[in-house]
Amino acid sequence: MKRLFPILAAFTAIFLAYALYLALVVAPADAQQGEVYRIIYYHVPSAWTAFLLFFINFIASIQYLVNRKPSTKVAARWVVLVIGVVGVVACFLPQVQALLPAGMRPSAVATTVLLIPIFYFLIGWLFPGDRLDVLAVTTAEVGVVFCTIVLVTGPIWARPVWGIWWAPGDIRLTSTLVLWLIYVSYLVLRRFSNSAQTQMLAAALAVFGALDVPLVYFSIWFFRTQHPQPVIGGGGSMDPRMLHVLLISWMAFLCFAFLVCWSRFRLELLHREVEEAHAMESLAGGVAAKASLPLNRSPR
Amino acid sequence: MSAPIITVRDVIKQFGRFAALRGVTAEFDAGRFHAILGENGAGKTTLLRALAGLAQPTRGEILIFGKSPREACRDIGYMAHPSLLYDEMSGMENLRYFAGLYGTTWHARCAEVIRAVGLDPELTRPVGQYSQGMRQRMSLARAILHDPRVLLLDEPFSNVDVQSARAMVELLKRMCDAGKTIFVITHQAQLLEGVADEFVWMQAGQIVDRTASLARASGRESGDAQ
Amino acid sequence: MTLATLVKDIRLEWRSKDALNSMLFFSLLVVVIFSFSFDPLAEESRHIVGGLIWVAFLFAAVVALNQTWARELRNQVLDAYRVSPAPANALFLAKALGNFIFVSVLEALMTPLFVIFYNLRVLGPAWQLIPVALLGTWALVVNGTFFAAMSVRTRSRELMLPLLLFPISIPAVLGMVAATTSILTGEESAHFWIVLLLTYDVVFTTACLALFNMILHAE
Repeated sequence: MKRLFPILAAFTAIFLAYALYLALVVAPADAQQGEVYRIIYYHVPSAWTAFLLFFINFIASIQYLVNRKPSTKVAARWVVLVIGVVGVVACFLPQVQALLPAGMRPSAVATTVLLIPIFYFLIGWLFPGDRLDVLAVTTAEVGVVFCTIVLVTGPIWARPVWGIWWAPGDIRLTSTLVLWLIYVSYLVLRRFSNSAQTQMLAAALAVFGALDVPLVYFSIWFFRTQHPQPVIGGGGSMDPRMLHVLLISWMAFLCFAFLVCWSRFRLELLHREVEEAHAMESLAGGVAAKASLPLNRSPR
Repeated sequence: MSAPIITVRDVIKQFGRFAALRGVTAEFDAGRFHAILGENGAGKTTLLRALAGLAQPTRGEILIFGKSPREACRDIGYMAHPSLLYDEMSGMENLRYFAGLYGTTWHARCAEVIRAVGLDPELTRPVGQYSQGMRQRMSLARAILHDPRVLLLDEPFSNVDVQSARAMVELLKRMCDAGKTIFVITHQAQLLEGVADEFVWMQAGQIVDRTASLARASGRESGDAQ
Repeated sequence: MTLATLVKDIRLEWRSKDALNSMLFFSLLVVVIFSFSFDPLAEESRHIVGGLIWVAFLFAAVVALNQTWARELRNQVLDAYRVSPAPANALFLAKALGNFIFVSVLEALMTPLFVIFYNLRVLGPAWQLIPVALLGTWALVVNGTFFAAMSVRTRSRELMLPLLLFPISIPAVLGMVAATTSILTGEESAHFWIVLLLTYDVVFTTACLALFNMILHAE
């Protein structure tokens, strides 16, 4: 694995450079925004990457919590399977299709729902036991970094194009802000906690955050219908050439995120190994004299 | 010899890098009075808290009446150096409230238990205004309120005058004779001489000796200097 | 057991009225400061008062929530709960209800002051303010009690509570403010917001009850 890292790093560097070239040179200028819009190739992939990382954190946190007891572990697996099956089937029922917001195709929703069990079982298989928590820390930290990029590039983009730094009703930007806040508080909790069960507490917080996100989304969505706000980032369809560059940028960002996560993951594992070693040392340094006395039962 | 009711199997308890318990294995029979002795930092409090279910062992297992400490909580009474009482309520109010945590059938016992530890149930002074000795005794009352089969007491005699301490020892002896299993951590081992059935010596996170009297085979001084 | 704990908490709170009194005075100060900072005579005031009121309530709630477990921490009383067979949820509910009553009292005191300072007249259906107040307060209190318990084992305990609480409460705060503004101005229906608050309350009360046992027993 160690040899793979520099190869992957080199590949990612080239890929990122290529994506940058595409974004700045090859992609056509936007009809309305001119050259300024090119920040989208930085802003949107960061957002998608951040959301993916937070999603992984959420799955890892839930698994960490339910894996404590075998009964909840099994129950959770069944629940996830049911969600997957029901979600996919429901998307093709006409009643449910009528409820979907305009523009969302049922197959897209079905695929998204299917991702939940897929990720759940993949992560459970690849990261057994305590590694779930290491994964949670890693994805939270890297996710916050990418989320910060989104929140910084958003206003930078908005100012020259729409004349405002921020629109409180902009559903995407505001949801991202709340997500950022939740995960920063997650990281602060991890750092400030003295408890032996810090990992559990953090996992609980991640679950709370995940429950919160849809509520945030809906509350801002409704707020927007009552108080129409400018939509930063525009809606509508995209020139296929732009979409192509966007996707390539995203791939490059994912490679980069993967590299960073991998490094952080390895770092955390090493850190924990060192702590284990110290603990083992302190354990072994005790009195060894007891071996000779039959101490299991009382002397009388 | 009666069957062991408490089994401690290779229990390790680590707080980060520090190992408070380093592989403690022991069995304890019912109806015995155990005094746990050792220097500060030997792991006595950690062991007691692990028995009470307040500290989860990093590795190893503890069984009380064949169940985990938390499952056996009705049969366990715990007392520590902090009083575990509300300073703002009187002794009787405190006990009535904690009796409720164990099911309301214990209300009648509150006055009886307070008298048993040598205090006045009618006292309306809030516990925060008690002397240290009174507070210790009220804390003991709280621990024995629900008539537990196992008593875990962490330094119950500290800051208590000799007479009250002897009265507490008398009470504990009577309870032990009635069939309770008692564990007492103390630095005043001489109070328990002739009363305790067994002295458990701990050092550096392990049990190093178990003797029937305060004199140890290895020549260790009987009890700590007070 | 929940009831017994709740009664005990109320009784203790009543006995040591100094905590209660200082909280009430703090709430009054908040209202006064706000009335100086945000001009009550402006035409637009009715549109922003909803937000002002709930921000003021939020500050008061945080001060109240921070001392939720203070009495239990003093003599490690929480250990007594941990070794008892009493279900952790009963303790949580009692504490949450106690906080709910306490914060509601503060709100009941602050609201008339706001009405006076801002010359408030409700243009929409005034009765709807009651479910909004109840649901909104519960939303803050249920998560607040939970996070206060989480913060017990952290450094900077008083800082951790708002730090954890505020991000999670954002949809609830938005709901409360939007609902109150809708009702005060009478311009829109607050129906959606009330449903949102109800959903929020149900979701998070369930989550808190499910996870509190783990929080209580965390070393």
